[in-house]
Amino acid sequence: MTENVKELLKAHKDLRREVYLDSENSNIVPDEVVNAMLPYYNQRAYGNPTLTHKPGWEAFETIMESAQSVTKSLGCRVAEEVTFVPGETEANNLAILGTTFPLKNRGKRVVISEVEPISVLHVAEMLHDYGITTTKIPVDSEGFFNLEKLKEAVDDETLLVSLSAVNHEIGTVEPIKEAVEIVKNRNPTTVFHTDASDAYGKIPFDVQKLGVDLATVSSYKILGPRGIGALYVKEGLNITRILEGQIGTQKLWPGVENTPLIVGFAKASELMFKDFEENVNGMRRLRDMLIEGIVGKLSDVRLNGPEGSRRSPDNVNISFLRCEGEALTIELSLNGVYVSSGSACSRRLLQPSHVLAAIGRKYSEAHGSLLMKVTRCHTEEDINYVLEIIPEAVKRIRGIVGSTEVD
Amino acid sequence: MSRMPLPYNPKILELFRNPKNLGKMEDATVVAVAGNPMCGDMITFYLKINDQDIVEKASFESYGCAANIATSSIVTELVKGLKLEEAWKISWKEVTEAVGGLPSVKFHCGILAVGALKRAIRKYYEAKGASPEWLQKQPSSEEKQALKDEDLAKLLAKRMKSGEK
Repeated sequence: MTENVKELLKAHKDLRREVYLDSENSNIVPDEVVNAMLPYYNQRAYGNPTLTHKPGWEAFETIMESAQSVTKSLGCRVAEEVTFVPGETEANNLAILGTTFPLKNRGKRVVISEVEPISVLHVAEMLHDYGITTTKIPVDSEGFFNLEKLKEAVDDETLLVSLSAVNHEIGTVEPIKEAVEIVKNRNPTTVFHTDASDAYGKIPFDVQKLGVDLATVSSYKILGPRGIGALYVKEGLNITRILEGQIGTQKLWPGVENTPLIVGFAKASELMFKDFEENVNGMRRLRDMLIEGIVGKLSDVRLNGPEGSRRSPDNVNISFLRCEGEALTIELSLNGVYVSSGSACSRRLLQPSHVLAAIGRKYSEAHGSLLMKVTRCHTEEDINYVLEIIPEAVKRIRGIVGSTEVD
Repeated sequence: MSRMPLPYNPKILELFRNPKNLGKMEDATVVAVAGNPMCGDMITFYLKINDQDIVEKASFESYGCAANIATSSIVTELVKGLKLEEAWKISWKEVTEAVGGLPSVKFHCGILAVGALKRAIRKYYEAKGASPEWLQKQPSSEEKQALKDEDLAKLLAKRMKSGEK
């Protein structure tokens, strides 16, 4: 198997340029962030922050300062409202399980939407085994929550509502403030969680202004290192640990704090928010260049999700009809363009992207979809290169489909 | 919605990049389709068969992943020059071997390709009104699998419309 991978990698030779647009699934960490992290592996603060020696105290100081910088960017009241966890998946698990387990005798319902990420969907489904039912509210053809259905879904028995602030696949900027108001009006004790991994660093996001109780953020989605994220937990909220072990500086997540990753996350956050407007405008410009360059030039393509300011500044999701997504991602990779697809690539799970299905896209549209996210580090040259490669790749894959009926 | 690593081997990559016998055949004796676009997996086979029941030419078109393209292409290579009786004996395991192995989640691509071939052979004899002894009456395992895939796709579509999980 590894031999095969070596050969696949060899096939990527003589690339004129490489453009990584798969920020949904991992990211390139900029040098500035890597350099900020390095000293914390072997020069300072390498101790465990709960121990009584110099490297331990250094780690304690570093983690607290990093937490300050992340909390500031989220609009938290105090630094203790942020718990560092290994990532979005862990933060969503902690948010959902940690709030429903201590409350399970009080209420019996959780409300999510049809377009939540897997780490919300599957955890909510897991709660069925504990007698907690899940209601999924539908979305419209652009991915916006149906707020009327949300109002109907929340009642005295609703423990938790979990709705993402920006959709991770199609970039819909959701009406979170309105959703919070609806939920709290119906039941002030219902906990409101939002997965803000795709909102943080992309749109103005302030936990106090929005009135959310819990918010998930991820480091790699703002060009920090992988393996670190955070859960905002409003001061005083009833939540328990979901893992047991040695408790250190954070009561909600046991184990030894990973100081270099926390430093990298804080650095990425600092760089993103230092010039927030400029970064966002830059991303939006490249996003629109990419969308217009594809939708305006190729036939049988369709943008998934809303346009303009109702769409996240980084998100591009386009269906290429008569074109299978997995084949297209491989063809693009061989030309130095790295993206992901909503195609079903495994037989056991024949279904393509659940988000595209929820907005009413046909299977053939979902199979031919590409998800691309631009970052503040991409350039116009990158996008021009992508716009040169994509039409050729689509043409070749469509050529293999030929006259086969796909609709 | 698990995602599997797919370390395709060099043979599959080569067939993906330069598929052999690709394209519609205008003078085909028989055309057969297998799979369903809903699964993102669909093959069209074209066979040119002479009066001695020998495959003179074979070509394909495919809406599917790299493994689907490679297995379809290799089947067209394998059947060229064969008597239909011989072509009928090609198994999905042989196809998998001929492409240098497939990741287990992609076995069905080989099965579907053979299913399409067997459909084409059956269709040819049906049109001719002949039924040679070696041609089993019951659908072969590969044809059954193709049917199962197609039924599953229909079921999923129905469930999706009715909003079930």
